[in-house]
Amino acid sequence: MDLNTVLQILDSAVRLMTPLLLACLAGLYSERAGVFDIGLEGKMLMAAFSAATVAALTGNVWLGLCAGLLGALMLSAIHGIASITFRGNQLISGVAINFLASGLTVLLGQKIFGLGGRTPNLTPGAELEAQVTPFRTWLTDVAGADLATWLTATPRLSGITLPFAESLRPVPVLGPLYAEVVSGHTILVYVAFLMVPLTWWILYRTRFGLRLRAVGENPASVDTAGVSVTRLRFAAVAIAGLLCGLAGAYLATGLSAGFVKEMTAGRGFIALAALIFAKWRPWGALGATFLFGLLEAIANRYPNLDLGIVTVPSMFMNALPYILTVIILAGFVGRAIPPRAGGEPYVKER
Amino acid sequence: MEKMPKWADVLLTPLISLVLAMAISALVILAIGESPVEALTTMIDGALGSSYGWGFTLYYATNFIFTGLAVMVAYHASLFNIGGEGQAAMGGLGVALVLLSVPLPHWALALPAGMAGAALFGAAWALIPAWLQAKRGSHIVITTIMFNFIAAAALNYILVNLMRPVGSMDPASARFPEATHLPKLSDMALAFGIEWGKNTPVNISFFVAIAACLLVWLLIWRSRLGFEIRAFGKSEPAALYAGINPVRITVIAMLISGGLAGMMAINNVMGEAERLVLNAVEGAGFIGIAVALMGRNHPLGVFLAALLFGFLYQGGGELALWTSIPRELIIVIQALVILFTGALDNMVRMPLERMFLAIRKRGA
Repeated sequence: MDLNTVLQILDSAVRLMTPLLLACLAGLYSERAGVFDIGLEGKMLMAAFSAATVAALTGNVWLGLCAGLLGALMLSAIHGIASITFRGNQLISGVAINFLASGLTVLLGQKIFGLGGRTPNLTPGAELEAQVTPFRTWLTDVAGADLATWLTATPRLSGITLPFAESLRPVPVLGPLYAEVVSGHTILVYVAFLMVPLTWWILYRTRFGLRLRAVGENPASVDTAGVSVTRLRFAAVAIAGLLCGLAGAYLATGLSAGFVKEMTAGRGFIALAALIFAKWRPWGALGATFLFGLLEAIANRYPNLDLGIVTVPSMFMNALPYILTVIILAGFVGRAIPPRAGGEPYVKER
Repeated sequence: MEKMPKWADVLLTPLISLVLAMAISALVILAIGESPVEALTTMIDGALGSSYGWGFTLYYATNFIFTGLAVMVAYHASLFNIGGEGQAAMGGLGVALVLLSVPLPHWALALPAGMAGAALFGAAWALIPAWLQAKRGSHIVITTIMFNFIAAAALNYILVNLMRPVGSMDPASARFPEATHLPKLSDMALAFGIEWGKNTPVNISFFVAIAACLLVWLLIWRSRLGFEIRAFGKSEPAALYAGINPVRITVIAMLISGGLAGMMAINNVMGEAERLVLNAVEGAGFIGIAVALMGRNHPLGVFLAALLFGFLYQGGGELALWTSIPRELIIVIQALVILFTGALDNMVRMPLERMFLAIRKRGA
């Protein structure tokens, strides 16, 4: 295995870990505030669908991104109302949200595009052109041809070449590493990575973060201090929705070009696994999702990994995040202790 | 004093939840530009209008009875077993291994052997999550989710690399021996001279499922173990004080639950496909959650809810065949049922309680 292969695998790992990282941080906010969220998968799926749909209809990925955020936020609202307002079972609510997204995306997708549940391919071409034209014509009438063409010309997220990527390439090892692995990703990849220190700062260095953590450990104490448990938890669930929205939008408009049925393929659950792996901490989330992204990248590149003595089948690689999580949960490699008030609706004493 | 009369609790709340779920489903159908009335008549015609439709409805219902009972038993121990999918898949492996390795001369022998294999493998797949929950306090929901994925990957590997017959491209096991063919309900009806449900997959497992309902009822409400399970589920400290061993109850409840989910395999793997195929469970494990919630965690309720979902499943298939509404409509309905009967239970319950309280005050 030469340096080039390693770089390619690392590059692919960075791409694959991004949706996991965003979803994992989403779960982190929600669960740190004491609201279990097994609906990450559904929210991501909904966001991927809304983002791809709007991007395909308008030819503008930023409008798609907004739609993705909105789609995920809608499901977050359902989760919040069910598990905070009506003090329902958070796990059951999460299960319902996953199914709701899985059914609605296909139902609506079939209605809008008639392509059996997928959206048109977002790479410029005849299929996409047919969808964008009505919007562009309308926009031309309203805002003029120049603006209309400019606004409808970015159906997908494109990679950003970081400064000096090419000029530093000759530097041994670090140069290619910078040019191949660090540079050239879409904006959401960098957003995802920036979210890690930001989340750390919010959680451990702001008043909001302190309260958020407190409400997940001992909501009664927060209530006694005169801070609304309901409002805090709703805020956390909303943040989770926004992050899932970014994750889904990246999946449909960055990682791939368009939405296909069930495209999250269990990523929401891997993110959940990563969250446990990370012991509900932001830097841990970065490490765990990188590990899981790397596993996926290796499994993609070597369907049957030959280690000399044994051949590791790709199914094993795909199942490895789940197996590792179970081992972590079993407490053999350090214990993962969830926020204490997680999963319990808060009832004010009467 | 009870806030609500019992009949309102067991009948009215699930019915209102169901009506709400159906109303929103109707809105969804309207939103995609189709007629809800037409959709409903298509579904009723397709699922209940003929003995052919009934044959499929009852076949699906059999699956859902098993997975619904599985969720229900765990729920009484206040354990949320979301791993029915993986346990049922492993049950299929158990059935396949038994039937392919032991030459059984007659279905009457093959059925109990298959049941044992299915239940054993299903239970075994629930054992590790149960043990981790009981001993290590790791959340059963998370571990059973993980085990669903691990089961899918393991089965994928086993079918592609180990059980696939030589020369076959299909990731599926060899056919089970002819002698293990379970009698279909249509064959049984024919023996009485009635032509019913020709070419439908519903088989003798349907009666096994009904028997399982009865046994689970006996277990939960008429046995010492059932009492311990319910006591543990209601209050762990109280159960501990009464000398009930929490580790034992957690493990046993999950073993029974996993066994029941695994037993589904006698219907879909042994009764219908007669070989183990990839992804044989097709989401039935998750529907068990909706069935148990809808059925208020009572075997009779589970039976009725399983029939309802059997109807939805078969009707949904017909819908995709005859109208332009995709099959996925059922998933939306399923989600809404879970949402309203499970997570939004209080939304329905609280106004009802208030209403009954008001009525009672006026009466007094």
